[in-house]
Amino acid sequence: MPISGDEVEKVSLLGRLLLTPEEVQQMTAQMGAILEYFALLAQVDTEGVEPMAHALDLADVLRPDEVCASLDREKALANAPKRDAECYLVPAVLGQ
Amino acid sequence: MSPADLTATQLLAELDSGRVTSAEVTGACLCRIEQHDGQIKAFLRVDRDAAMARAHQLDRRRAAGEPLGRLAGLPVAVKDVLCTEGEPTTCASRMLEHFRPPYDATVITRLRQAGAVLLGKTNMDEFAMGGSTENSAFQITRNPWDPARIPGGSSGGAAACVAARMAPLSVGSDTGGSIREPAALCGVTGLKPTYGRVSRFGLVAFASSLDQVGPLAQTAEDAALLLEVLAGYDPKDSTSVDRPVPAYTQSIHRPLEGLRIGLVREHFGEGLDAEVEAAVREAVRVYRSLGAAVKEISLPHGKYAVATYYIIAPCEASSNLARYDGVHFGFRTDERQMLAELEAERRELERLGDQRRLADLDNPLIRMYRRTRSEGFGPEVKRRIMLGTYALSAGYYDAYYLKALKVRRLIRRDYDRAFAEVDLIAGPVAPTPAYPIGEKIDDPLAMYLFDLYTVSTNLAGLPGISIPCGFSSQGLPIGLQLQAPPFEEERLLRAAHMFQQATDWHARKPRLE
Repeated sequence: MPISGDEVEKVSLLGRLLLTPEEVQQMTAQMGAILEYFALLAQVDTEGVEPMAHALDLADVLRPDEVCASLDREKALANAPKRDAECYLVPAVLGQ
Repeated sequence: MSPADLTATQLLAELDSGRVTSAEVTGACLCRIEQHDGQIKAFLRVDRDAAMARAHQLDRRRAAGEPLGRLAGLPVAVKDVLCTEGEPTTCASRMLEHFRPPYDATVITRLRQAGAVLLGKTNMDEFAMGGSTENSAFQITRNPWDPARIPGGSSGGAAACVAARMAPLSVGSDTGGSIREPAALCGVTGLKPTYGRVSRFGLVAFASSLDQVGPLAQTAEDAALLLEVLAGYDPKDSTSVDRPVPAYTQSIHRPLEGLRIGLVREHFGEGLDAEVEAAVREAVRVYRSLGAAVKEISLPHGKYAVATYYIIAPCEASSNLARYDGVHFGFRTDERQMLAELEAERRELERLGDQRRLADLDNPLIRMYRRTRSEGFGPEVKRRIMLGTYALSAGYYDAYYLKALKVRRLIRRDYDRAFAEVDLIAGPVAPTPAYPIGEKIDDPLAMYLFDLYTVSTNLAGLPGISIPCGFSSQGLPIGLQLQAPPFEEERLLRAAHMFQQATDWHARKPRLE
């Protein structure tokens, strides 16, 4: 088995997801089949091959360090599920 | 014949000469939508009033002799993955069901400046993850050629609405085939530009090194027109390339002399439907008759492309979708319920005396993230976040993500070698024509394997186009894919136009009930 139910639970926490026991079972089976398929890549000799993270040879794309218009505060808060006059509001993190 | 049946190029001539008004064209499209979209469900949202108001405004400006943009008066549909300021942009997800972006995507700004009449937003697989548009949280779009079948995905709505002649032009996005595959399955023309050719600013990100925005239309000529408007450097997108945009609509009329076409040996194996193969080979024969030379080439790492893509794309997605946490925008879980549930869990663990699990218990913020994301995302999105998170996690990063990035370079090198011998690569877009709705939904891996001909183009960052090249014995469209070296969209469009001058597959349209 490429992946266990326990590992699926751990990954779900890393990915900030909450799976029901049925979902964990289904995810374990589905991820297992997919990870088994990925094993195909072990056949490829990649010794000395540079990883290709990007299609373009762009590096350090910068702009001059000048202040320019940014997103208006009201616009930035407009879609907030919960807000006050200035900020987004989230549940208090108890004891931390 | 309704104005809705004309191509964009034909419509521009009609509008210019005053034989038709934008209000009439827009009205005809809206009428088509009203008649048939109840069944096809290509659109998530139709902005009827805004579209008609815009059309009338453009008619007035045209009548007053004011200068007009390249698309003036033309109705355009937009995949709901592109931000339209102040209007819902949902990505077909509950997570963004009520989200109204505070800005327009750059391509939307360009469409507005060009005088396009935006008709509405089209349906898609949630967050562009899928090849059938079955992963939409809101509705399933049907293939206009057979409503029991998928239109393809993830730009299913964008392809279906052009096929059904609800809009002459639409804008989609392609990360692993999401413009080309639905174009092929719906019998329309769809182009994925070179990575960096079109700005991604305001395109809701799925996989940042793979995503591109591109045109869907009835013809290559129309695709060229739309691409001219969409393409170009954007300082707001640090991955957009500062390279002049060719006049695609001009060069398209120059046929290619001495064209060398490559057929990939590995494409024609097991799994390719016999009718698709026959249609593709017949299309290549057409090119031969037009003077092209055809040779067999090899892309030996092609068989690793699906695995490579389905590691890299979910990895990038797991990072891009981390922003959907219920804090700043989008869906947030019911906090009261969440806190009550957490409290109940705490009390139960205290009762059991389980100190370990008590220590591990989510704090309210973490629980808010987890519940929000689990309620807001559909199963395919969750699956990809899980795969990506796993493949990037400590202990697995080298074996999966880094390995995949190395194979990606080998895939790109295969193409570079091939393009030293040929000018274009021709082949199938999808292994079969459109399959029935529901057929692959329970088998994610089977769904992923359907992308085998398209993912390599995105991995390598190259441009690719899908054009209609025939029909199956069941009357379902079949697409031909052409791929070119980086920034050779002109070559793709010229070759596609040559084919569309010699054949009329692209002119066929479905009979709608």
